[in-house]
Amino acid sequence: MKLPLSWINEFVQIDDIPVVEVARLLTAAGLEIDDIRFAGLPLPDRDDHGFKVSGIAWDKEKIVVAEIRAVNPHPNADRLTLCELFDGEKLHTVLTGAPNLHPYKGQGTLPQPIKVAYAKEGATIYDGHAEGLSLTTLKRAKIRGVESYSMVCSEKELGISEEHEGVIFLDEDAQAGTPLTDYMGDAVLEISILPNHARNTSVMGIARELAALTGRQMKKPQSPLQTGGEAIGGRLHIRIGDPALNSRFMAGLIRGVTMRPSPYWVQRRLRLCGMRPISNIVDATNYTMLEIGQPLHAFDHSILQQRAAGTPITILTRTATPGETLLTLDGVTRKLTETNVLVCDEHGALSLAGVMGGAESEINDHTADILLEAAAWNFINIRKTANQHNLPSEASYRFSRGVHPSLAEEGLRRCLYWMQQWSGGQIAPDTVDEYPQPPHTPTIHITSQDIRRALGIQIPLPQAKTLLEGLEFQCEIRSSEVETLVVTPPPFRMDIGEGITGIADVMEEIARLYGYDNIPETRLADPLPPQRGNPSLEAEEKIRNLLAGLGLQEVITYRMTSPEVEAKLLPSNLPTPHTEYVRLANPIAPEKRVLRRSLLASLLGIAEKNNRLRETLALFEIGAIYLPQTGDLPAEPRRLAISLSGKRYPNGWDEKPAAKLDFYDLKGILEALFGVLHLNITYAPAENPTYHPGKCAAVKMAETTLGVFGELHPLVQENYDFSAPMLAADLDLEAILHALPGGYPLQAVSEYPPIYEDIALIVEEDTPAEKVEALIRQTGGKMLEEVRLFDVFRGEQIGAGKKSLAYALVYRSPEGTLTDKDSAQIRNRIVRRLENETGAKLRS
Amino acid sequence: MLQKLAQIEEEALAALANIQDEAALEAWRIANMGRSAPVMSVFSQMGALSKEERPLVGQRANQVKLAIESAFAQKAEEVKQAALQKSLASERLDVTLPGRPLRQGRLHPATQNLRRILSILGEMGFQVYTSREVESDEYNFQLLNIPPYHPAREMQDTFYIETGVTEEAERQVLRTHTSPGQIRAMRQFAAENPPNPPEIRIALPGMVYRFEQITSRSEVQFNQVEGLVVGKNITFGDLKGTLAEFVRRMFGRSAKTRFRASYFPFTEPSAEMDVECFVCGGKGCGVCKKSGWLEILGCGMVHPTVLQNGGYDPAVYSGFAFGMGPERQLMLRHKITDIRYLWGNDMRFLEQF
Ligand SMILES: [Zn+2]
Repeated sequence: MKLPLSWINEFVQIDDIPVVEVARLLTAAGLEIDDIRFAGLPLPDRDDHGFKVSGIAWDKEKIVVAEIRAVNPHPNADRLTLCELFDGEKLHTVLTGAPNLHPYKGQGTLPQPIKVAYAKEGATIYDGHAEGLSLTTLKRAKIRGVESYSMVCSEKELGISEEHEGVIFLDEDAQAGTPLTDYMGDAVLEISILPNHARNTSVMGIARELAALTGRQMKKPQSPLQTGGEAIGGRLHIRIGDPALNSRFMAGLIRGVTMRPSPYWVQRRLRLCGMRPISNIVDATNYTMLEIGQPLHAFDHSILQQRAAGTPITILTRTATPGETLLTLDGVTRKLTETNVLVCDEHGALSLAGVMGGAESEINDHTADILLEAAAWNFINIRKTANQHNLPSEASYRFSRGVHPSLAEEGLRRCLYWMQQWSGGQIAPDTVDEYPQPPHTPTIHITSQDIRRALGIQIPLPQAKTLLEGLEFQCEIRSSEVETLVVTPPPFRMDIGEGITGIADVMEEIARLYGYDNIPETRLADPLPPQRGNPSLEAEEKIRNLLAGLGLQEVITYRMTSPEVEAKLLPSNLPTPHTEYVRLANPIAPEKRVLRRSLLASLLGIAEKNNRLRETLALFEIGAIYLPQTGDLPAEPRRLAISLSGKRYPNGWDEKPAAKLDFYDLKGILEALFGVLHLNITYAPAENPTYHPGKCAAVKMAETTLGVFGELHPLVQENYDFSAPMLAADLDLEAILHALPGGYPLQAVSEYPPIYEDIALIVEEDTPAEKVEALIRQTGGKMLEEVRLFDVFRGEQIGAGKKSLAYALVYRSPEGTLTDKDSAQIRNRIVRRLENETGAKLRS
Repeated sequence: MLQKLAQIEEEALAALANIQDEAALEAWRIANMGRSAPVMSVFSQMGALSKEERPLVGQRANQVKLAIESAFAQKAEEVKQAALQKSLASERLDVTLPGRPLRQGRLHPATQNLRRILSILGEMGFQVYTSREVESDEYNFQLLNIPPYHPAREMQDTFYIETGVTEEAERQVLRTHTSPGQIRAMRQFAAENPPNPPEIRIALPGMVYRFEQITSRSEVQFNQVEGLVVGKNITFGDLKGTLAEFVRRMFGRSAKTRFRASYFPFTEPSAEMDVECFVCGGKGCGVCKKSGWLEILGCGMVHPTVLQNGGYDPAVYSGFAFGMGPERQLMLRHKITDIRYLWGNDMRFLEQF
């Protein structure tokens, strides 16, 4: 919401307070100032005030009120005029091209001089012909043979609006020679209105806040009306269909108005607020809405009379019937639905309540009698309707935040007043008011203990009373057993509740007015609650640390994806399986229309993106996947995905190893991870369409499968742009966390010397190495401290279909020094067992 | 004989003086200190001397032998030093050549940052409580005092889940904030002892979602960290004190804070907390848009309706809650101008952390 300071100043004096200080007061109280746009007033001279500032100041000497006394033709140019202009000191001849001066051309001395905004030589204003806003300083120049050094200004040139169709015609009261900034210099505050500040969507609302914040007196507007003619009671009936949707409907009548443009000061203020001046009557409704906060609607009374054909007019409000349409004043035929509320007469709809008027009953250039509506509508309903028809407006902005029905009376009176001021006419002596259900006004009881409990400070009740009265709360201190402040909110407020909620609402007002900054900081005195920890998260974070320590980069990807992205995990020759996804009803893009079911698919997407950037990519992610569950919220189990590809060792400047990462690199990472986690894991060949059938393993703990890993299937690899074989793991983090042991036994560290021995065993190609090692360990028992496979050899020397596995063994006893004889005994046992169970031969 | 010894000594020392390397030194040693060295032959000729001469010559011969040995030791040390100097000089590396590269693992910057915040909160007694991301409308909005069609819903553009249900109150949503966790936590703890629920001091981190276009300044997903304190004596002053302390631990002991009135449906009174801009120290710069202050978090006293919905009697309990965007802090601290870098996961970005 944009409001000019000059307007606020009519309701509470603030022109003696620096503009940025006003902005600071409002911002601290929850009315955040987004921008201060200066249109005439001097800009702050320092930069550290904390607000975004734009606009221009009008130099007191160089930009003044002037009067044009005659408009003469230019000797060489038809479209230009030469104005005889008096700036309060002397006469000038000023060249203009303003189309709105043309009608006065060649009339000689004007009977009534035209008051204008005049920029002298050296004045800095906006360039009216430039796109956007760029400053220019007026210099002496010859235009078409005539000397020019000054200018009659448009609104755009002075930074009031975008308007550059003609020059400003000021109101009669402007005195030539007055600095323009003294006459109408202004600054516009752009204020964010929070949902609980609906009452403050007006000049009066903001002025009231400022009065309360500064302790100044608010000046209430006076709207004396001259009434006469026939009363409308009996000639106009109002019937409200549903008071829940329309809690109040008031109407007044003004007869015999003259349609013409509003005074310039009205037009200027409307433009500063971002509204377009239209005519004195329409402007009066908008001006009053901005001033008081009550949106109003003007009907052409004679059209309603024609429709009623001599009988009394009946206004009724109701919801639309199925299939009903309404031609709104923007020329669009609106298809209505049953939640849309309409203002109708007995012959049909007149307007879309609170949102937009209908075309038929709209006022026009010839309208003389105006029936003025001031009503209150259900804010949720208006919000829905305005969204449904995509009709945001200043009226629906207010109605959809909540306009209290008590405002109708003041709004109606004020608007009739402005109509009469700007267009003449006679106001009917009465109004018609249908107000079936005035809202209940709560009463809130507050003790100083309540204040201390909520805010932590002592505010004596009389002080709280003074603060609240600044915002027009009615307060009374009652002394019984406990002194109590009885608070009644002012009639325009819809945000104050009852009971314990009401206390919180009032407490916020006390805190706001007292000043958040004035409430001292305290340390929590309440006992520290029982400490529970979050073991599951701690374990998850430990795994993150381990993986980063193992050289993997963590990534965090989007939870939103598409089934197509996840289908890339399968060879394209396989049929796409039907997968149930958690689907978004309002995705921002097709590629983000479901929640992921595969963490690995997201991770591979990132690997693909970085493929050309790095020779080696080692990535992991830990995060949830989303599995739909009928009739319930989705399951959100966490997964761990790893991707690994590229060179095993980065090339240095002296060594250039060429080996690529393979299955065993990934397995090494997993072994290290599970080793530190003390999980007893086994690996088994696995089949999974994502992976190469010969290079895929399942990670098992007892009978539970924790996940699979391996090299991508060549047909899956083809789905991506990877320059090296891709290793991937997709693990069930919940199962891993579940399997973590609470503790683990330690081995004593022996003081005795070891015996080292290497043995090589020739086994059949299909004998799993894991089995051989398990047998060695089992047979070696306690004396065999370490077993490490250090070579796998295949070749003619050992025969086709065989492999040689070479192990480095460390024998050591915790109880004494082993002899060669001891170790030979153990080794022989191992070899015999392997011969028996796997047919292994010791390679000599 | 004595004259011969003088000559032996003189010649040996003269020869030694010219020696530069170990090989020559060794040859000299064999020649002058070996079995057949001239001084040794003097010893072997001792028998031919007279009784009077023998002690004199013997003493002198020993002197010469010792002098030769001592000169040798000194020379040997010199040669060794010279050789070492030479070898050190020849082994000089270009220490500016890069070291051998390792594969360096890292945590994502968002994780690093989140941990920092949670660790500070942890020191202040806030325990981490995590909860689900797909929520019911009830938990995400209604129980937090945001009824259907409430204007406050416009403050949080929402992703809805396709469930076939269209009635707003019955819909599933991607949580727009971590606040539904407040209700879940309160209900869980209150259930432990319904007549006298335990005090609460928790931090609620996690990913939240907003229906927005992805631009340099807005994202569809980002982390949030909320804090919730519930007890029997919790005041607005405690809120200010606790958050000011958090800010001092997060941004430095001299960090200043400012509280402005604001609105959140689930707190009242509500506030917006600003921290003095740590880029310019409050003087005004591009990061703080010349204001000298950075908007860091929203906070307020827990609304009585929310306490009630959580199973805590608002007549007995009070509390405060606050919420912040860790990624926003991360971006401010590192002057990251494009939020898309975070989930873009470009190695060139990630490897800088
Ligand atoms: Zn700054």
